[in-house]
Amino acid sequence: MKKYTYTDKKDTRSGFGAGLLEAGKRNPNVVALCADLVGSLKMDAFIKEFPERFQQIGIAEANMIGIAAGMTIGGKVPFTGTFANFSTGRVYDQIRQSVAYSDKNVKICASHAGLTLGEDGATHQILEDIGLMKMLPGMTVINPCDYNQTKAATIAIAEHHGPVYLRFGRPVVPIFTDADQKFEIGKAWVVNEGVDVSIFATGHLVWEAIKAGEKLAEMGIDAEIINIHTIKPLDEEAILKSVAKTRCVVSAEEHNRLGGLGDSIAQVLIKHDPVPMEYVAVNDSFGESGTPDQLMKKYGLDDENIIKAVQKVLQRKGK
Amino acid sequence: MSTTVYPTETKAAAGSNIDTEKLKEVASQVRRDIVRMVHGCQSGHPGGSLGCTDFLVALYFKIMKHDPAFHMDAVGEDVFFLSNGHISPVFYSVLSRSGYFDAKELATFRKLDSRLQGHPTTHEHLPGVRIASGSLGQGLSVAIGCALAKKLNKDNSLVFTLHGDGELQEGQVWEAAMFAPHNKVDNLIATVDYNGQQIDGPTEKVLSLGNLKAKWEAFGWDVIEAEHGNDMAEVVKTLELAKSRTGQGKPVCILLKTAMGAGVDFMMGSHKWHGVAPNDEQLAAALAQLPETLGDY
Repeated sequence: MKKYTYTDKKDTRSGFGAGLLEAGKRNPNVVALCADLVGSLKMDAFIKEFPERFQQIGIAEANMIGIAAGMTIGGKVPFTGTFANFSTGRVYDQIRQSVAYSDKNVKICASHAGLTLGEDGATHQILEDIGLMKMLPGMTVINPCDYNQTKAATIAIAEHHGPVYLRFGRPVVPIFTDADQKFEIGKAWVVNEGVDVSIFATGHLVWEAIKAGEKLAEMGIDAEIINIHTIKPLDEEAILKSVAKTRCVVSAEEHNRLGGLGDSIAQVLIKHDPVPMEYVAVNDSFGESGTPDQLMKKYGLDDENIIKAVQKVLQRKGK
Repeated sequence: MSTTVYPTETKAAAGSNIDTEKLKEVASQVRRDIVRMVHGCQSGHPGGSLGCTDFLVALYFKIMKHDPAFHMDAVGEDVFFLSNGHISPVFYSVLSRSGYFDAKELATFRKLDSRLQGHPTTHEHLPGVRIASGSLGQGLSVAIGCALAKKLNKDNSLVFTLHGDGELQEGQVWEAAMFAPHNKVDNLIATVDYNGQQIDGPTEKVLSLGNLKAKWEAFGWDVIEAEHGNDMAEVVKTLELAKSRTGQGKPVCILLKTAMGAGVDFMMGSHKWHGVAPNDEQLAAALAQLPETLGDY
């Protein structure tokens, strides 16, 4: 197992804030909109640097999506910011008609996704957003894993033409990817090469997969760990290449098991190379209040649960 | 890095010298197009389309500075957004009659493989359409975004919208209504098609709009009321007045009283022709009331 260490921890939303500032410096058409959550979305640096290119919307997410769609007419590249729940479920029809169907170059940037939002509880912990967004034709869906990758992804989507859903989170998590990485939309990253099992992880679960991989190595299991930061378009080639070698799969995501990364991978496997697969995901339920660590453990999204899933899938492969 | 390159000059077509009589002739042809399109596919929305014909004809043939060569970014051009997308027949007819595409294409309305979808869309790349609409209540937000982009681009052309009065029951309209005055979006003229009808009956019966003038004013808009939205001279005068009130720190709202079905006597003033197509006999009766001025498609 390749060794991953970290010296610093930061929240992925801060990576978004840093990426937004950089994207704003590179392209004068980049504008930002926020629905009364500037501090949470870490937009302060962008606002300070480009006050005229920031639009405070107030608590009116539907209006924000429409305004963003309208700003593309005239060449702007709008980044909208609010929590993942208010970025997707609350404004699904606005995104569907005014952004996706209208093919507008809007970047829907969503913080506080998933259980790790923590104490605010299930009203705010959306676990269905990846599914909602990936079902929209033409929508790109990205869920980066740490500060550096989120920053790089934010810069990359500014240069990509078309609607994008960028999902990141609230808690402070290890920084283990390169600061100067080139983020390629739709291109999976092989975190560790292995032969026994393919672990496909996205978002906060990538670090959990690395921790699991180290423990599995001690148990004599050589896991291939692949970071699927782009859920749509999915890197089918990377998935099939890995599966050809390992012959079994575990998917890991901070999302409902219905409609998330796991389902996207399962579709690829069913069509091209059916092998045993286990999901590490929320088992079709809402979340609840608690600390991020407590919630990830209770809902089965930590390294221990990845290990259990690996053991289960290896047994199935063995049969 | 991608930066939009703006042409220094656009061939904006503002037919500002066209007289009222000529506009009425265009309106008559547009009304013929509407009933023929809806008859041709036996679906669509003739009532609101006929009611808004005079407004859209005035806008595209006299008031707006626009280029039928169609550039999505509309640099230096006035822009119109149809928020109540179901009145697509009048929108398509006016776009084609003002040069965005050949009027022959109107015959494909609502048919398979057509660019003229039931509700307007950018998806099929029909010139003149800049946003999809149909799911109600979204157009004012989009128009505000376009108006903000114009301000950032130092482009002092205007943004126009049209909304159904029933559409004002959608909450998003009021989010947008609150936003525009706060942010001094004063390059925006939003018009409400105030015909008092919606699918299930009179708006006063379905869900009262109350005092619309007071509501828009309370939100901070400069409101202009027009009693005769199917009188071409009054429509032109109202739109010119609205234009003169832009750039003064407030968005402008026109409450335009129209008659649903205007121009075809048996369709007028009733919600019953909101989304019903005429049969052969009714088509003939309608066309007999509408002189063919520009040639049927």
